Amino acid sequence: MKVLVPVKRVIDYNVKVRVKADGSGVDLANVKMSMNPFDEIAVEEAIRLREAGKVEEVVAVSIGVKQAQETLRTALAMGADRAILVVASEDVHQDIEPLAVAKILAAIVKEENPGLVLCGKQAIDNDMNATGQMLSALLGWSQATFASDVSIDGDHATVTREVDGGLQTIKVKMPTIISVDLRLNEPRYASLPNIMKAKKKPLDEKTPADYGVDVTPRLNVVKTVEPGTRKAGIIVKSVDELVAKLKEAGAV
Amino acid sequence: MAVLLLADVTNGALATDAVAKALAAVVPLGDVHVLVAGQGGDAAAAEAATLTGVSKVLFAPDHGFCHTLAEPVADLIVGMGADYTHIAAAGTSDAKNVLPRVAALLDVMMISEVVTVIDAETFERPIYAGNAIQTVTSSDKVKVMTIRTAGFEAVAAGNAAPVETIGTAASTGLSEWVEDKVAASDRPELTSAGVVVSGGRGLGSQADFALIEKLADKLGAAVGASRAAVDSGYAPNDWQVGQTGKVVAPNLYVAVGISGAIQHLAGMKDSKIIVAINKDEEAPIFQVADYGLVADLFDALPELTSKL
Repeated sequence: MKVLVPVKRVIDYNVKVRVKADGSGVDLANVKMSMNPFDEIAVEEAIRLREAGKVEEVVAVSIGVKQAQETLRTALAMGADRAILVVASEDVHQDIEPLAVAKILAAIVKEENPGLVLCGKQAIDNDMNATGQMLSALLGWSQATFASDVSIDGDHATVTREVDGGLQTIKVKMPTIISVDLRLNEPRYASLPNIMKAKKKPLDEKTPADYGVDVTPRLNVVKTVEPGTRKAGIIVKSVDELVAKLKEAGAV
Repeated sequence: MAVLLLADVTNGALATDAVAKALAAVVPLGDVHVLVAGQGGDAAAAEAATLTGVSKVLFAPDHGFCHTLAEPVADLIVGMGADYTHIAAAGTSDAKNVLPRVAALLDVMMISEVVTVIDAETFERPIYAGNAIQTVTSSDKVKVMTIRTAGFEAVAAGNAAPVETIGTAASTGLSEWVEDKVAASDRPELTSAGVVVSGGRGLGSQADFALIEKLADKLGAAVGASRAAVDSGYAPNDWQVGQTGKVVAPNLYVAVGISGAIQHLAGMKDSKIIVAINKDEEAPIFQVADYGLVADLFDALPELTSKL
């Protein structure tokens, strides 16, 4: 079985996000970018499935700017076998919407015929939490979102999902789309020899036109602003003073 | 204009608070029909009919819709979608699972975690873990959206909307429910609790997290945790408050041993009163707290619990 893993290049999760003063968006110029943390977990899971003999090939895909090839090289260094880069924008500030991404991925799935797509549950930039579900819909496949445990058994996968009240286990028919949550695994670091090896692994470059997909956004972003800030209150000196203040405010 | 609101129903019980808050967000958009899907949802449908602003409840009592399995429920909604300008739901894990599937089947974009409905086509939503708020307009024929309910006041009960029974599930055969593991608790549900007491990495161990639970029980509060505490194994993941966990806005939020990482603040900064207890006076949590106490939590927590 082949596994397809979509990965997104996003602002590094340790970088402080700065909103541009003119309201045009978040400043991404000269900012450290990395693989979306949820996608790293998806790559790790795919590699573990290959190591367990359930999967023969792991194909990483990224859709975005040309620089996303660095993100794909990271996936290759972690252990993916080959990569496909779909250059859909020249501007790092243009986010390709989940619907367009799902359409491109659906076309790639039809070419590559994977038995499984493993993806992150959401990207930490647009926080949409939609691509996996949309891809599943377009393919008419089953879906298992927010996975914290995955076991593949022939024509079915049993997936434990992180839901509001706790955990839910479902059984889905293969082929399927699994979107992964934080606790599924701890992604490995790529070793230096593997980083060197990754440079020689195949990386195909495509465009949305190759798949007949129009990536024009459906949502028009009018403005992006900093959230309203709360003003700091007071520092109390003792538990007694805290209790008094809370009683005064009618909070207890 | 008419809105289809997917109600969150678990084991036959309506997530009343989430639905009532989502209603507050969508009632200004037009007639609201609430969809209750799943066998045994009779009581949930009846309860939804009492909520102000609901013009009709659509009850789909087929067993195939139980546990809100994404594939059949999305098909059901898509089959009804032509009648609506908006398809919405409170941003629960069920809605996040189902609605993007609906959006793709309708060939429209998803609008996730709406915090403000400006008009029928314009919405505000947080991005970058709440570090920025984006205003978007959609010209899609149907707007499919989840509502981040924390900032909305729940609508009152007192309505008596009609309940109409609708369609059966075409079994997709794609997925089946196996089991739920839901921690049984007498405490209020985290996202709708009036008071939340949360612990962070400062607690140091799962055993010491009991100090948080004692204060919570004294206050009749729900228990929350920071991602750091969850990652360290001190608390279960469904207690997590923050961008990668739950978003809460209680009347009183008590943060203990939590430094106040941005990802945590995104989950609680709309709380009415925030109390922070931390021994590090430089902790960013104090910048959002109404009342801060710089103290060792192992002294302050038992004292606070005994004096309340």
